Amino acid sequence: MKTETVREQNVSASSADPVSEPEKNGREAGRARSGLYALYRKEMADHLHSGRFLIVLALILLTSYASLYGAVSSLSDAVASDSDYIFLKLFTLSGSTIPSFTTFIALLGPFVGLTLGFDAINSERSEGTLNRLISQPIYRDAVINGKFLAGATIILVMVLSMGLFIGAVGILKTGIPPTAEEVGRAAVFLLFTAVYICFWLSLSILFSVLCRHAATSAMLGIGLWIFFALFMSLVASIVAGALYPLNDAATVGQVLDNYECQTMINRLSPYYLYSEAVSTIMDPSVRTTNLVLPQQLSGAITGYLSLGQSVLLVWPHLTGLLALTAVMFAGSYIGFMRREVRSR
Amino acid sequence: MDVTEKSPIIHTEGLTKKYGEKTAVSDLNLDIYPGEIFGLLGPNGAGKTTTTLMLLGLSEPTSGKAWIDGRDCTREPIAVKRIVGYLPDNVGFYGDMTGRENLRFTGRLNGLPDDLIEKRIDELLEKVGMTEAADQKTGTYSRGMRQRLGVADVLMKDPKVVIMDEPTLGIDPEGMRALMELIRRLASEDGRTILISSHQLYQIQQICDRVGLFVEGQLVACGKIDELARSMQQEGVSILETAAFPDDAGFEALLKSLGNVDSVERTGDFYVVRSRNDVKRELLRRSLNSGYTLSLIRQRENDLDEIYRRYFEEAGEEHEDGDGKRAKRFGIFGRSGQ
Repeated sequence: MKTETVREQNVSASSADPVSEPEKNGREAGRARSGLYALYRKEMADHLHSGRFLIVLALILLTSYASLYGAVSSLSDAVASDSDYIFLKLFTLSGSTIPSFTTFIALLGPFVGLTLGFDAINSERSEGTLNRLISQPIYRDAVINGKFLAGATIILVMVLSMGLFIGAVGILKTGIPPTAEEVGRAAVFLLFTAVYICFWLSLSILFSVLCRHAATSAMLGIGLWIFFALFMSLVASIVAGALYPLNDAATVGQVLDNYECQTMINRLSPYYLYSEAVSTIMDPSVRTTNLVLPQQLSGAITGYLSLGQSVLLVWPHLTGLLALTAVMFAGSYIGFMRREVRSR
Repeated sequence: MDVTEKSPIIHTEGLTKKYGEKTAVSDLNLDIYPGEIFGLLGPNGAGKTTTTLMLLGLSEPTSGKAWIDGRDCTREPIAVKRIVGYLPDNVGFYGDMTGRENLRFTGRLNGLPDDLIEKRIDELLEKVGMTEAADQKTGTYSRGMRQRLGVADVLMKDPKVVIMDEPTLGIDPEGMRALMELIRRLASEDGRTILISSHQLYQIQQICDRVGLFVEGQLVACGKIDELARSMQQEGVSILETAAFPDDAGFEALLKSLGNVDSVERTGDFYVVRSRNDVKRELLRRSLNSGYTLSLIRQRENDLDEIYRRYFEEAGEEHEDGDGKRAKRFGIFGRSGQ
């Protein structure tokens, strides 16, 4: 009986809360944000403590080292023919048997993104923690935001550290300090890499929302990765060949149409977008990403593009990658909001 | 203490949820009062979990509304979740975090200050008897331990209302007793309102103030257990457990031939006889005449099991269709998990 009366008083006290409505709303929003922060913290801790993260990190460092080794071993030959932008060559030169660093990252970056995200939501579901999580006073999107932000932070740290690693080892090995422009180009390259890997992270989060089992979402992600990296160019040439068939007597116009169609299709692939952008950024002698006829080049002075001009050239690529990421993100939002969350 | 005089803390009006053609919850009107332990009972797939999800704003009702403590469950889910603790069916924890870390995470999600979190964790671990296992990873916990940690987890936010989904499932008898005791204390000492959904009748019977019986998405009965029992007695149902020596087919035939007997069922070593009036006298006389020695004769009290069965049969008859007979006969267990 006594507890009852106390309870009644509590109820009446809370209904006569002197805090004004807007202030209360502000406080509510603040507390909900602290939920996002708590989630972010937990996800970061999870990533950093997980064996999976260590494996990925080891893999990345190993490939960085291998590609650096290849680049350094073939550097002297390359410098003999062209002695400009030596620092950038550390990233783009391939050894006799080892691919260059940029190629490696274009191939392995998706793996990093997929590893960080493929079981983001569905493992929570199968562990039975998801319904406990969303019955806490947090907005539902905070779950996805927290996971994405934590993954993105990890990616950023990873990419920056490997960039610094390559730069540092390269300077020590070659003894040639980079110019400001080279540093700028390397920074843009790293930014591109981070965005590229974040795309794969958001894709894998989308799959983890849509698929019930972590294995299914991992398989889907890996399938897409292999498709984009290996088969997209084949598909593009087949489609282009069907739309603009080429025979022995093809005119220049037909060849151009065919090639443009192929590039257009290829550019749907984030792998191609990234590779094209990176090769433009890391090689100042690249003046255009499209086909240029000899007559269009007549009168042009051979020289290098400035950093600003190179960035301008790949701006659409950056926009495209960001847009793809946003689409994946929106997809996972909608999927997650609509998903009925029941017990496992 | 009459709880019905107060205004309800949980209130629903015509709450309905449809999944395509199937109606999971239909036109639910429910009032639950502060400090009450309310049992939501029904077979699997009756719509209990769907109801709890709608109360938490995790699932949107097709029509109708629900309020908890004056807050609209669909429109203000955050405010509702702040005062409602939810213990899901088969609760899970992050296996590579310790029990304490899991609770701390919940505290942070609720935006509590750190010193309060630590203080409350210690109190709650003590309360659920998990202090010793608190620094083990939850991946090593048994089911009973997970359930107890789940209760602590629910209480982290100091909720006014606690909703538990099948809290007693898969727990050994001793653990069950402790859990029931804990739940009872939550209501009597802390004055929290507790909503338990379950299909395990006996445990619920022990602690619930009121129960609501759910069958195929409909609340077929709601009230105190003895009230429900009384209303059933008025309908004139008498249930007798009996056994005799020699235990042969003749005895069953004899039972069936008694006046006003609805059904005779064999359960283990004895028969359960349902009839419209008291058949004890007649049974005694006739078994004596036929040479049977009665080894057991017991009038079954109107417990929740019977009430439940009774209401379920009625609902089953209303839904009479092709398999109506089967539904009636295997009432409680026949239609699970659809």
